[in-house]
Amino acid sequence: MNDAIKNDAIKNDTAQPIVRMQKLNKHFGSLHVLNGIDLEIIPGEVVVIIGASGSGKSTLIRCINGLEEFQSGTLVVDNNELLPLGKSTKALQTIRTEVGMVFQQFNLFPHLSVLDNVTLAPMKVRGWSRQDAEETAKRLLDRVGIADQANKYPSQLSGGQQQRVALARALAMEPRLMLFDEPTSALDPEMIGEVLDAMRELAKEGMTMVIVTHEMGFAREVADRIIFIHKGEIAEQGPPEQLFDAPQHERTQSFLARVLKH
Amino acid sequence: MDVNFQFDWSAAFGSIPYLLPGIPWTLLISFGGLAFGFFIGIFFGLLRISRVPLLRWLAIFYIEVFRGTPILVQVLFIFYGLPQLLGSPINALVAGIAAIAVNSGAYISEIVRGGVQSIERGQREASLSLGLSRPQAFRYVIWPQAFRRMIPSLGNQGIISIKDTSLFSVIGVGELVRQGQIYISTTFTALEVYFMVALMYLAITWTLSILLRQLERRGLVGQ
Repeated sequence: MNDAIKNDAIKNDTAQPIVRMQKLNKHFGSLHVLNGIDLEIIPGEVVVIIGASGSGKSTLIRCINGLEEFQSGTLVVDNNELLPLGKSTKALQTIRTEVGMVFQQFNLFPHLSVLDNVTLAPMKVRGWSRQDAEETAKRLLDRVGIADQANKYPSQLSGGQQQRVALARALAMEPRLMLFDEPTSALDPEMIGEVLDAMRELAKEGMTMVIVTHEMGFAREVADRIIFIHKGEIAEQGPPEQLFDAPQHERTQSFLARVLKH
Repeated sequence: MDVNFQFDWSAAFGSIPYLLPGIPWTLLISFGGLAFGFFIGIFFGLLRISRVPLLRWLAIFYIEVFRGTPILVQVLFIFYGLPQLLGSPINALVAGIAAIAVNSGAYISEIVRGGVQSIERGQREASLSLGLSRPQAFRYVIWPQAFRRMIPSLGNQGIISIKDTSLFSVIGVGELVRQGQIYISTTFTALEVYFMVALMYLAITWTLSILLRQLERRGLVGQ
């Protein structure tokens, strides 16, 4: 999708949201991690979620692909409804094939080569032949700049390379939505750029993305919308220029003052 | 101490032809029992980490019973006890294999549980997030990694079980110790013969150790 179509889709109120969350609640014991979250994400949109650690931002995106259960509320992803308390096995399976995720700790499969990491799910879940899966994998690895590492094992790669393999692995399933859970937080500073570059490319191509990150410069640059989460609630949201330059909520102001200072 | 005692090398070497026929029996009971024990171990090890409480309790019961009673009692129970129940005698070889199987199975269950639980949570989450089903995640991602981590403990259990078969001389299987005992009963050269018996166990267990080290080294690729 090019930018013009993408912006149209975002402006168009009738566009069918790919994620629809209504009054989502999640508790860890007595801790109210998510408190009545309402959120809609439109195809092509890039949403960046920011907030202090422990605010519930990771938990929020992990609910979208069912890695976390929630206790009450409505959650529809790509027309599949996820039920509270993990009761929706069938829908969950469908959602997970359509939603990709990149984790803070990469979570590559250490016993498989880079190429096999990328081809595993397309072959086992989508039923592609090895040849098709490998062709796609090589194209994706080339796209994230590590085609020459295809036969190495994850432990032989740098952190930045591993995270780019993780990105290629998720993209190999041809997802309709990509979730990023602090994708650069475990990286050495000099490797953050290469991962952000790959994500930037993906955003340009029109991928719908939900990103939890502390990289505020990156957020400002790629996000269509920034969501600030405070104690399990959406305290404030809006386009980056509004949220970063003229935050309305007092919590947003103090959070930004802290993270933008250094 | 008997200062006049002389280690009789000819008695030691002379016992070899009588001991060697015991080796196939020792190997058959050990590896036969361990092969069954491995599958029992995988079965109960997975039940042990099942999400269904009843299955978990079943596994805990099995493990506690066969890990908590001596293998000597188990083999006596199988060889002398079970025939009373069944009404027909049990072959000593079968009894020996069965005892190794149920005993090593209990320990291997715990090895399997430990191996699977040692795999980082993120591996499972990454697999599921790619759309793999739980069984697929287990088969292609969790198990291959868990199995590599289990190899040293499995080797350890293998060596223990090989040595445990020496107890089965009590039910009259012609394994190494039994062969030695028969020979000693006519020659009275206990020191020399048991020395040779010990050497033969060492030969078996060392060979296994070396094979396992090679297996581990190969398994290190990609870790």
